[in-house]
Amino acid sequence: MHGFFETDILSDMQKPFYVKFLLVATLLLGINAFAQEKGHSSGEEKGSLKAEIKEFIGHHLLDSHDFNLFTIDEEKNEHFGFPLPVIIWDDGLKVFLSSKFHHGKSVAEVDGNYYALYHGKIVKTDAEGTINYDEDHHATNVKPLDFSITKNVVFIFFVSVLMLFMFGRMAKSYKTNALPKGIGRLLEPIVLYIRDDIAIPNIGEKHYKKYMSYLLTVFFFIWIINLLGLTPLGVNVTNNIAVTFALAILTYLITTFTANKNYWKHIFWMPDVPVFMKIVLAPIELLGTFIKPFSLMIRLYANITAGHVVLMSILGMMFIFKNWIGSPLSFGLAFALALLELLVAALQAYIFTMLSALYFGSAVEEHHDH
Amino acid sequence: MEIPTIVGAGLIVIGAGLGIGKIGGSAMDAIARQPEASGKIQTAMLIAAALIEGIGFAALFAS
Repeated sequence: MHGFFETDILSDMQKPFYVKFLLVATLLLGINAFAQEKGHSSGEEKGSLKAEIKEFIGHHLLDSHDFNLFTIDEEKNEHFGFPLPVIIWDDGLKVFLSSKFHHGKSVAEVDGNYYALYHGKIVKTDAEGTINYDEDHHATNVKPLDFSITKNVVFIFFVSVLMLFMFGRMAKSYKTNALPKGIGRLLEPIVLYIRDDIAIPNIGEKHYKKYMSYLLTVFFFIWIINLLGLTPLGVNVTNNIAVTFALAILTYLITTFTANKNYWKHIFWMPDVPVFMKIVLAPIELLGTFIKPFSLMIRLYANITAGHVVLMSILGMMFIFKNWIGSPLSFGLAFALALLELLVAALQAYIFTMLSALYFGSAVEEHHDH
Repeated sequence: MEIPTIVGAGLIVIGAGLGIGKIGGSAMDAIARQPEASGKIQTAMLIAAALIEGIGFAALFAS
């Protein structure tokens, strides 16, 4: 037994060592990048430090108009990154680069109109960039319709192109050879798993094929974009509720428009129950069809948001403790949590796909005698 | 006297934790009894846990 383990570990370490090295290096770099961003604030007192960490986490959770990798000097407004195009509709289409805002520090002038960034959102201002407030301290400035290519949009495009390229090549390779090649060797078992363990048991042999494209797309999209959220790039697309809302509404629309007679009958006129119960059950069942995609939306959004907030808070501990115990503790906890987040990234994609398949299955279920 | 919302959040976490713990424990028992059905039990366990988690998060955001 002892010998078996030894050889196993040896052969395991020799071959894919560079893969492991890359993985560990990515994780360490990620933690370092977060730490560096906060590093310059360590000289201040505790109260404002806590507020600053809170503000930093809040800022990290928001979408932004420029792709900022890290800050070199906060006071001199030096950042490393690149601007993204801003597209707004305000009496006509206006397109300009977000570098005009100078990271929210100055007012952008476009065709005689002035725009400023207020908490990451574009508002219309005058030449000095004054923000007007009402009694509840909300900005009353006009908000133009914003179609900008923000950081989240860039990464949604990136993942779409990546998936198109990856799966396109994979599909092409099957035309000449039945065995998978390259990236297909990694992805084929996952695709088969989704077909055999998610789609077929939940939807059924007869109907599963028409849902496979959606299930595969949504699984790989959520998985890849969750994994990107753990890299030092600082993207978090799935903790934007609008993104998870769009994903959930797709599941809702597909369920609703592919549902058969049996599904609607079970909602509006439940068979085999007394007439009084039929009337009571109809609104509850109808509400249930909306609650299902709503819970899909909240689950994905909240899980990813909670993971990011906890990870960043643990990293923030380093600057609150400011002694020899804080840094190793914070590093160890953050490392363990990052590993847990790797699991959560895959698990949330799995759960979303699984529950979508379950809802599709209920939509196409054939009538059977009770 | 006004009870701070953080107390509500704590109660929610206790409830959701107990629920998910019960599901995990029961799944362990079931797998110990029938190891050959572990795949199906795991799937059912994850779905049930995800549903409770969803409600827990919804309540956390409301609090």
